[in-house]
Amino acid sequence: MNAELLNFTPLAVLIPFFGAGFAFAFYRNKSAQRAITIGALVLTVILEVTLLSQVWDGGAHAIHLGGWPAPFGIVMVIDRFSALMLLVSSIITLCVLLYAVGQGAAEEKDDSGPVSIFYPTYLILVAGVSNAFLAGDLFNLYVGFEIFLTASYVLLTLGGGESRIRAGVTYVVVSIVSSMLFLITIGMIYAATGTVNLADLALRLADLDPSTQLTLHVMLLVAFGIKAAVFPLAFWLPDSYPTAPAPVTAVFAGLLTKVGIYAMIRTETLLFPGERINTALMIVAALTMIVGILGALAQADIKRMLSFTLISHIGYLVFGLALSSIIGMAATIYYVAHHITIQTTLFLVTGLIERRSGTSNVLRLGGLAKISPVLGLLFFIPAMNLAGIPPFSGFVGKLGMMQGGIAENTWITWTLVIASVLTSLLTLMAVARIWTRGFWRKPEDADETPERQLMSKTLAHSRAANKRYLPMSMVAPTAALVAMSLAFSVFAGPLMDFSRAAAQDMYERTPYLEAVFGPERTEGVRDELEEFAATFLIDYELDDDGAAEHAPVETSLQPDDEDAEVLPEITDGDDR
Amino acid sequence: MTVNLTLLVLMGTLFAIGIYLLLERSLTRVLLGIILISNGVNLLLLHTAGRAGLAPIYDPDIGAQEYLDPLPQALLLTAIVIAFALVSFMLALIYRSWVLARQDELADDEEDRRVASYAKVHDTEEDAELATETTEFADDTDSSGPQLLNPRRGSDAEDVAGAVEETHPDHRDVTIGAGRADGPPHREISDADPTEDPEDGPDPSEGGQRR
Repeated sequence: MNAELLNFTPLAVLIPFFGAGFAFAFYRNKSAQRAITIGALVLTVILEVTLLSQVWDGGAHAIHLGGWPAPFGIVMVIDRFSALMLLVSSIITLCVLLYAVGQGAAEEKDDSGPVSIFYPTYLILVAGVSNAFLAGDLFNLYVGFEIFLTASYVLLTLGGGESRIRAGVTYVVVSIVSSMLFLITIGMIYAATGTVNLADLALRLADLDPSTQLTLHVMLLVAFGIKAAVFPLAFWLPDSYPTAPAPVTAVFAGLLTKVGIYAMIRTETLLFPGERINTALMIVAALTMIVGILGALAQADIKRMLSFTLISHIGYLVFGLALSSIIGMAATIYYVAHHITIQTTLFLVTGLIERRSGTSNVLRLGGLAKISPVLGLLFFIPAMNLAGIPPFSGFVGKLGMMQGGIAENTWITWTLVIASVLTSLLTLMAVARIWTRGFWRKPEDADETPERQLMSKTLAHSRAANKRYLPMSMVAPTAALVAMSLAFSVFAGPLMDFSRAAAQDMYERTPYLEAVFGPERTEGVRDELEEFAATFLIDYELDDDGAAEHAPVETSLQPDDEDAEVLPEITDGDDR
Repeated sequence: MTVNLTLLVLMGTLFAIGIYLLLERSLTRVLLGIILISNGVNLLLLHTAGRAGLAPIYDPDIGAQEYLDPLPQALLLTAIVIAFALVSFMLALIYRSWVLARQDELADDEEDRRVASYAKVHDTEEDAELATETTEFADDTDSSGPQLLNPRRGSDAEDVAGAVEETHPDHRDVTIGAGRADGPPHREISDADPTEDPEDGPDPSEGGQRR
């Protein structure tokens, strides 16, 4: 690990911020704005590829801003998990930006009003998200949240049309309330412990009275739960996201809820480890999955349907988190990265569908597969991926979580496993409905009057129209994201290993603490932490490369020669 | 840790009134609620510093316990700035909502209603006729009642409101569509389409009414 390169970590926040500043300065010159924005994001992606490669082999690194030592100054911490999240988020924001640029160029309208706001606000959103991923203390996390939320308010109400204002008001009020709750919790935590530094809190919170701990824990989870759209707190999401322009919805759906999940995972592993409220979290996870997907089935509009599947799949992440095991957490990390990509891709494709056919209402769609096979392919792959059909990455992630659930082997985890299989099937049903209605049937068979744009005289006519409706500049970024989602399946092995290592680091907690405080202070608590973490860890020293912990359940499919080795380890890994 | 009882009671009151106002349907009241709650939170942050003390300017003669903890005040300042920005933005949103829809109430989601209609669920409270003018902004000059047209800019559009709606359906589309960044492609498409397939019958109003 090269610590010097990692010292450039704060640039992941600063580059987008400076880009935003310059983009504002050039508000009259749209092409300069565009160049600055794309340039800033490309730089950020390059930087984050470097950062990820630096932390790939392990460890966390803390940057003490202004040179103040840890509990007093502000720290930014980069470890495997945050580096992965940073990179994935930057790549998808870059792709969505290119798509938005393509859309703007294809429209050829000179509407300087909203557009001169769009690029800088978009960069501020990216900066806020990066700041939240890197924040080493709770208040900085809050500031990161506020930065990207404020940017998201502006993007959501871009142009200020009536429906957007209506949706925007709900979104803004709900977000403000959740931020207030977060701030209250920060105040309470500070009052109880006298620090807001995450690493410092990790050491001090354990000394508190258990009931105080529980209160703070639940308050934090509720605040993040609203942002992450977990079931009883998810009502605002399908109401507000679909009204925004396609690129904006795509980046919201992909990223914003995941930042909430990131914050949940971070606080759950670092501040409040243990299994105190896992059962409650699992019940919430199951309800999120089932209620979300049932909501999706009732929708006719593709964007709204996708918003509901977004909620439903947040349930998987909460499930993985609630397992409190390396297997579950590894699957969650992998699944977050996968889901950001998939959800963004699907919203971008929906934007293309809307462009090509004039509507995103499936009741008025038809014949798209024949009109534009490329569009069909672009929709089909991420849709199947979302449903978790085997070769794709969605399957790998879900499989990991179910393995974790089965390994835990209690009634609640089995319920969750069943719920997740059911949700997966219902997701398949929801996307298959869009497929059969929008892509397979003839436009004449549509339930309601089909869109005129779909009813060309001949196939040649409509194929010719494709070029105009689906410009290369919009299809290419979408295709790039589809390719990225496929890469998640192809490189599932290394990625899964990486997530497992990241999960292990997070439960062990010593890498994080050591990065923030240096070895001296960590030394005193190392034994305690290691003892605590031992229940979660995977022993890589065993010959089977952790397979015993990874799949500790006996199946009839297990090869005979492994049986002898695996069985003794089951008791080892399962005695928690 | 010692806390000031007056401030504590004040904080509780702010939260209580704030939450009550937040539950109202009128957006201005919601905004007032948010302002009160954010001030309550600010007080809470202030509390976490404990009893008042000396300004934290280092002097070797003064013991550490005499100083006031400065961190909560730093957090507080940040929180005030953020809350100020958010409240201004909310005000702009509410004003925009008022200009567009002459409405200070939170509107129902149309899609939600449509989905609910599948199940033949009728909420008597929701379906009941609401009083048309529920806002506190209205004065005598607005007595013509809520305009359905959503004039984009105040009074100039309002005068020709009825006429535009009746005679120029595509004009109205401009009014609605101009506010939407993804609106224009629809309009453009519906304009451009007839050039490709003139037989399909160019009917700008059809594209125009799409929302």
